[in-house]
Amino acid sequence: MLLIHCPYCEEDRSELEFRWAGEAHIARPENIAAITDEEFAEYFFLRNNEKGLTYERWRHIHGCGRFFNAARDTVSDRFLMTYKAGLPKQPIPTAEETAAIAEEKTVETWEATEGDAR
Amino acid sequence: MSASARDLGAFRIKDAGRHTPARTARFTFDGKTYTAMEGDTVASALLAHGVHLVGRSFKYHRPRGILSAGPEEPNALLDVSRDAGRRQPNVRATVQEVFDGVRIASQNRWPSLKHDVGAFNDLLSPFFAAGFYYKTFMWPKEAWHKLYEPFIRRAAGLGEAPKEEDPDHYTSRYAHCDVLIAGAGVAGLTAALSAAATGVSVFLVDEQPEVGGALHFDAGTTIDGQNGYEWAQAAVARLKAMPNVTVLTRTTVFGYYNHGFLGLVERVTDHLARPGRDLPRERLWQVRAKRVVLATGSIERHMVFANNDRPGIMLASAARTFLNHHGVAVGRQVGVYTAHDSAYEAAFDLKRAGVSIAAIVDCRSHPGDAVLAEARALGIDVLTGHSVINTSGRLRVSSMTVARNGGSNARKIAVDALIVSAGWTPSVHLFSQSRGKLRFDEQNQRFLPDIYAQDCVSVGACNGTDDLSDLIDEAIAAGGGTLALTGENSFEWTGGMIGAAEGAGPDTVVKAFVDFQHDVTAKDIRLAVREGMHSIEHIKRFTTNGMASDQGKLSNMHGLAIAAEMLGRPIPKVGLTTFRAPYTPVTYGTLVGHSRGDLFDPARKTPMHALEAAEGAEFEDVGNWKRAWYFPKRGEDMHAAVNRECRTVRDVAGVFDASTLGKIEVVGPDAAQFLNLLYTNAWDTLKPGKCRYGIMTREDGFVYDDGVVGRLAEDRFHVTTTTGGAPRVLHHMEDYLQTEFPHLKVWLTSTTEQWAVIAVQGPKAREIIQPFVEGIDISNEAFPHMSVAECTVMGVPSRLFRMSFTGELGFEVNVPADYGPAVWKAIWERAESMGACLYGTETMHVLRAEKGYIIVGQDTDGTVTPDDAALGWAVSKKKTDYVGIRGLKRPDLVRDGRKQLVGLLTKSPDVVLEEGGQIVADPNQPKPMTMLGHVTSAYWSENCGRSIALALVAGGRSLVGKTLYVPLKDQTIEVEVTDMVFFDKEGGRIHG
Repeated sequence: MLLIHCPYCEEDRSELEFRWAGEAHIARPENIAAITDEEFAEYFFLRNNEKGLTYERWRHIHGCGRFFNAARDTVSDRFLMTYKAGLPKQPIPTAEETAAIAEEKTVETWEATEGDAR
Repeated sequence: MSASARDLGAFRIKDAGRHTPARTARFTFDGKTYTAMEGDTVASALLAHGVHLVGRSFKYHRPRGILSAGPEEPNALLDVSRDAGRRQPNVRATVQEVFDGVRIASQNRWPSLKHDVGAFNDLLSPFFAAGFYYKTFMWPKEAWHKLYEPFIRRAAGLGEAPKEEDPDHYTSRYAHCDVLIAGAGVAGLTAALSAAATGVSVFLVDEQPEVGGALHFDAGTTIDGQNGYEWAQAAVARLKAMPNVTVLTRTTVFGYYNHGFLGLVERVTDHLARPGRDLPRERLWQVRAKRVVLATGSIERHMVFANNDRPGIMLASAARTFLNHHGVAVGRQVGVYTAHDSAYEAAFDLKRAGVSIAAIVDCRSHPGDAVLAEARALGIDVLTGHSVINTSGRLRVSSMTVARNGGSNARKIAVDALIVSAGWTPSVHLFSQSRGKLRFDEQNQRFLPDIYAQDCVSVGACNGTDDLSDLIDEAIAAGGGTLALTGENSFEWTGGMIGAAEGAGPDTVVKAFVDFQHDVTAKDIRLAVREGMHSIEHIKRFTTNGMASDQGKLSNMHGLAIAAEMLGRPIPKVGLTTFRAPYTPVTYGTLVGHSRGDLFDPARKTPMHALEAAEGAEFEDVGNWKRAWYFPKRGEDMHAAVNRECRTVRDVAGVFDASTLGKIEVVGPDAAQFLNLLYTNAWDTLKPGKCRYGIMTREDGFVYDDGVVGRLAEDRFHVTTTTGGAPRVLHHMEDYLQTEFPHLKVWLTSTTEQWAVIAVQGPKAREIIQPFVEGIDISNEAFPHMSVAECTVMGVPSRLFRMSFTGELGFEVNVPADYGPAVWKAIWERAESMGACLYGTETMHVLRAEKGYIIVGQDTDGTVTPDDAALGWAVSKKKTDYVGIRGLKRPDLVRDGRKQLVGLLTKSPDVVLEEGGQIVADPNQPKPMTMLGHVTSAYWSENCGRSIALALVAGGRSLVGKTLYVPLKDQTIEVEVTDMVFFDKEGGRIHG
């Protein structure tokens, strides 16, 4: 069972709390109604399914509910990093950088992110 | 206690072993009572009484005995029972501890263990060679179900599965630790001491009742100047006293999964005579370890030679365990056949205990000098460069035939037990499960850990570290601490071989067993290669070598070597089959834990469930929901009840529990814009206080869900989804909101279980609810069809919808779930007095079909567009964007001749079609026929006085009025294509 770091909760949690959500960094075309059949096929149907480093989306569905991105090695199933949705494709950090990221603790408060819900 | 009860067995050696003579336990084996010592395994207890024959082999029904003293046992599989309900087949005699009153029975024999009819198979063995089943049971095809499969099923498997429900309970725990150490032999204990001293949290796990591993048998090891086994017990006592250490014995690490996740099974009560009722039988541990130390040791291999499977032939280390730990001699005149020095020490121990050693037969010309010298000193005859080429003895070995390598000078030597060793196979199972890569150690003919995939380290015998000092240093380093510890062995060991021994080579036809449990011989493996199996994975499946419940712990290396020899390729080139979890068999009970019976899958019940049950409702499963299906009155069958409910709803009214419908609260200044993007309809034009039927498509243009959406305020929508679709619709909405349209200020909340929903449908619906509704005017003028309002019902804050899934005047009363029963009761009491009925999902289905309302997932299947479902009107032509806008323009989705939803009327009105029935234009065309589509919904409609159906038919709407056919097995049904509305075509009733 995988151990996944949720970039919103900033915790390593068990795979049971997550749902895989397909390849990452496939943006919905802004002019989707106008694109060609080939462009639509590329956007909606075709996926790389690469062996090795893969960028994919996960959702912390039984936790905070947020979608986020992950870089995973599909051979070893090792997560190289996870990062918030909306960020561009991130370079794979070195071991030192990984340690530095783990140190950094920015706690996102409800007020800061969802406080304007009402 | 009587003399017989104190009879601990003729093969007990006085003062040998570690059990306390005063503590005994009585047990039965095949009905006969024996006395054991507490701490005995079933194997040691039977051997103490001279019982070697314990079972019959799988295929040939050959007499079999006890081969090992541990979890690798392939032979001695027994049926163990505590009482009628607590019986388990295929239990390894070498693992099961004896407790007072346990009943043991042999398996795979009839009528008795000594006289087994199935042994006839042994004579027929030329016909049962590897691949026999694949080749024989192919023709004729018809014979498979009637003849072959029942025959194979009867013959397959050793034990008999219990039929009673398991009365025991099983539990599970999760745990986290810094270091998990698998195996508590010298290496594991040392690593644990080293790690524990650094203060990290440590799990030390061992499958045996006591720690010590190889120290159980290896009496020649001293650690810290102390007898090894005693050092181990003292060490574990120290560890147990430390707050950061958890020691689990009788616990097997059976699986090593991703990211340091391990599966453990702890056997809690299987060794207890009278376990407490509250104790679980087994406990599943799911442990997440930051680091793992594998100290899993090694497993001794047997020698592969002719008739090497007779009872009384066993591993040398097993004989040593029975002697040094259990105090039992495996015979009085013991032969030794070995390719490794370790077997010599077994002979020495037995000799010193007073057992006569017939001879040590060593296939090597040059064994270790030290063991040779000691054998000489003890007066044991050693035959180097010799091999055992055969054995005799029907139910127990009685002699070994020994010859000089090359075949000359053969002679029989009488023995009553023969102990063997071909060397040691490192237990790399868990390492491999962790996805580590192995390398082949050519010199010692073994696979060892090479490249690690996880934060894990192997120490000791499983890492090929043979020298005790090296092993201790390695284990201390693995623990991450420092420790002063020294160890000493009485002898250094050398040697080992894999593959067939002398006299069982390619030129022979002897039965030299490689895999005991599946009766695979060296000859079978060679046959597989000759028949073209060149991959070890193919050889394994053709011969079933290593596929028994012991997973080839003894046989894999031998099988591989024989295959490599036949193929003329080096062993690493032939490869190794994959090691998979579990390491040893795990009961279903352990894996299932508490998740059985009512807890197997949660049942979701609506707030009104109990009231409906009291009214006699039959329930149906819809996902995890229990939904009231129909409400039969006395004497009514389902058909009669549904007909009555259908009639009553349209004549008077009906009350229906719609609470399971998915509900999502969509809130925020951009809520309308968000729904515009997620549904095909336009929502910005919907006024607060109104509702609208919406269609949700996926990006590909196919219908994904539907439901009525009510607008409560400019920035607040009450969205309903299908019962089964609620979670995925919310997931789909969240996906778009979070990742594609994050600029929209919208919040989504699942409110499915917050609202109890009471639908009142029928001409008298308004009259029924009128007295309960407060604060709003619900007249037709003030509150027309597709209205929604917040109000109170019986003083309870409510959301009232004027909507209909029946085509009748209808309301849906939403009240907070906890008030559901009270409001339901009041509404039903009044409705009943006015002649209305309760109705269930079956009637709901019929009534909606009478009106041609679709059910997503029944009348659609993920390839249906809104237009296909005759819902094109719900797709906005004005919007410039919504999910599905581009998909709907795809050439295939706009072409002519797509399957369209239409109505079907059977020519004879009494015939009800079958859902799923295929539709053709010409029933007389040759097969395979061109199928135009299929029936999606079909019912008897009491209100129409005939059967009705909906169907997806290619070009369906252009075929209205035409006759089509539904060919079934025994008849062909003629149908007419119609529109989808069968009742109240004008639709006036809904506005009543």
